[in-house]
Amino acid sequence: MATYDTLFQALGLKDWCDSSASSAPMSMSDLVSKSSGDGAEQQTSLWNTPFPSLDTLNDACPAMPQSRAVTKGLEEGFLNIKDSLKVVLDPATQPLSWMLDGALYAMLSTPWWLVIPAILMIVWAVSRSAGLVAFVAVSFGGLAFIDQYDYAIQTLSIILVCAFLCVLIGVPIGILMSRSNGLRRAIIPVLDMLQTLPPFVYLIPLIFLFSVTESKLFGIAIILYAIVPVVRLTDLGIRLVDKDVIEAADAFGMSRHQKLFGVQIPLALPNIMAGVNQTIMMSLAMVVIASLVSAPGLGVLVLRGIRNLELGVGLVAGLGIVLLAVILDRVTKAALARINTTHQH
Amino acid sequence: MTDQNETPETRVSLKQLYKIFGDDPETAMEHVRNGLSKADLLDQHNHVLGLNDINIDIPDGKMTVIMGLSGSGKSTLIRHLNLLIRPTDGEIEVDGENILNYSEAQLRTLRQQKMSMVFQKFGLLPHRTVLENAGMPLAVRGFSKSEWAEQARKWLNRVGLDGQENQHPNQLSGGMQQRVGLARALTSNAPIMLMDEAFSALDPLIRTDMQNLLLELQEELQKTVVFITHDLDEALKLADKLVILKDGFIVQQGEPQRILLEPADAYVEEFITDINRARVLRVRSVMRTGADPKSSSGRVEAIGADDTLESALAKAKGDTSVCFKVERGGKVVGQLDMTDLVRALVPSAPPEDGNTARKVA
Ligand SMILES: Nc1ncnc2c1ncn2[C@@H]1O[C@H](COP(=O)(O)OP(=O)(O)OP(=O)(O)O)[C@@H](O)[C@H]1O
Ligand SMILES: [Mg+2]
Repeated sequence: MATYDTLFQALGLKDWCDSSASSAPMSMSDLVSKSSGDGAEQQTSLWNTPFPSLDTLNDACPAMPQSRAVTKGLEEGFLNIKDSLKVVLDPATQPLSWMLDGALYAMLSTPWWLVIPAILMIVWAVSRSAGLVAFVAVSFGGLAFIDQYDYAIQTLSIILVCAFLCVLIGVPIGILMSRSNGLRRAIIPVLDMLQTLPPFVYLIPLIFLFSVTESKLFGIAIILYAIVPVVRLTDLGIRLVDKDVIEAADAFGMSRHQKLFGVQIPLALPNIMAGVNQTIMMSLAMVVIASLVSAPGLGVLVLRGIRNLELGVGLVAGLGIVLLAVILDRVTKAALARINTTHQH
Repeated sequence: MTDQNETPETRVSLKQLYKIFGDDPETAMEHVRNGLSKADLLDQHNHVLGLNDINIDIPDGKMTVIMGLSGSGKSTLIRHLNLLIRPTDGEIEVDGENILNYSEAQLRTLRQQKMSMVFQKFGLLPHRTVLENAGMPLAVRGFSKSEWAEQARKWLNRVGLDGQENQHPNQLSGGMQQRVGLARALTSNAPIMLMDEAFSALDPLIRTDMQNLLLELQEELQKTVVFITHDLDEALKLADKLVILKDGFIVQQGEPQRILLEPADAYVEEFITDINRARVLRVRSVMRTGADPKSSSGRVEAIGADDTLESALAKAKGDTSVCFKVERGGKVVGQLDMTDLVRALVPSAPPEDGNTARKVA
């Protein structure tokens, strides 16, 4: 006799319960209780009353579904729509795979004595800081010296491709959001969700949607996770542009297009760049986790360190990640500072 | 200053203009038509009556000054002229066309070619140089860099900013920034210039400089200027036509001299009570027209119709029996004796007796 028998009796549902027994297979706990218990009356005190969960109710009334059915239903539902989703998503995301594979191939097949100077030149162009260039040179030299060069370059390529796409997609979304309060209200919950969902959770549906051998799998995971700040800060930056300046632009008859590119984006640039900085840092965090789903790079070594308890391997890879993080952060911050000084608002 | 005899053409005309701020201005508009006051509208319906039945004809080539205290709706009013704010009801005609029917493109053309604007807080683009800021109105219209830079440079020089072209606005003082704002408005070459408290953020000396600069430019360019201020001295110095605004409605409008001599109500009187009337009033406003100056006894002095009473007093040198013959362009147009002069110096409802003596002195 289960706790909620009386409830079903009171509702007059006894017949319905008995008529159609749940078709779900017996769970382990069912089996255990069946074999141990002999059907004796178990009196439950008020203190011990279980929550009327699906499983508990199922005890009292076999016609009720068990919680397992929910899990199973979700899974089946997902698998059912998966094929039709794939028809749309596969071609739409294919370029991502090409870009990632292309970038990885290009960076790895170009000799190191071209790649490292190219990186240094980019750092110089962006930051104009000799100290930073020296720091990057020493870091990459050091990583290459202990044979971490290939891994570091893989990680860096993935980050650059994903951060680039985040900016490419995120900035226009942010601009649209700044223009329409309705759209903003619709998008903000999505951004909140993307930001609060633990990174591992993204991976589960993605693994089923895409094959683990495709690079777009981790590409999408990284982009979904890292795109949030650049969208938010673009929206914020444009909304924060001085109202008087916008009014002046309107008063002299600027078109929306002229206003956007001549006033709003330039004045929002410090905020947008702060978003890009955060996006890059979040890409780096995610690229390590994404090595669980075959993203190459330093993350793979960290994973190996954890799996095989190879402490040294894990620590060295961790050091590499820290160096990359510092480099990316410093370079984007230096770029940001340069933008700020030309704005001196 | 205005010649009384000619009536200039109307360039911009506001007809029964209403503006209500709030979620449902249409419904609130019904209440206002039924005679609800600004305070009641705010209390009962939580809507702000920004403008209340505004009718103004803005004369071509003259300076129209709109004056009122803070919150009287001056900024709201001037923003209606280029439709930065749209009215709840009424008409706005520019050169005979109702601009409320304009499409977005027409409106942009209007703003680019017919109206320029100078702002209290300058509204300069902080990421552009002074030259780029001044050339912005022409750049917006698609002129090439060499074209707009030439015009911008010309007007920057005209407002006294030679050699500052490559600075950024934040490297300039407030007065200089507003000169850039003025140069920008002039570069656009629009016949109508809207100035919202353009000089209010500047300190008094620089402000006087800017007023003089504006008068000088106006002499030369004869734009249709709409100037907003909360300062009566500034208003009287600049205005060809003065509009006094209070709580969103017009208390009185007309020639400043008329308003000084014939204030419409106690509010206006209160407003004008503290100014130096001798310095503001002009001979032509208080003289007797057509009378023969020789008939009166004593010394006769010649004086220009547009001279101030202060200069007449100086000419009298303390002689109370002097009589002025008022001339314009060599012709005698009227006479003014000391009694009329002194009477004009007393506000029509003097707050206290000793006041006049203090002002004349
Ligand atoms: N967007 C708005 N929403 C609601 N009320 C407004 C809005 N803009 C102006 N108002 C109200 O309209 C009235 C007139 O405002 P306005 O800014 O035109 O005054 P002003 O004469 O320019 O004052 P100031 O000298 O302070 O600039 C004020 O009561 C103000 O609160
Ligand atoms: Mg104002």
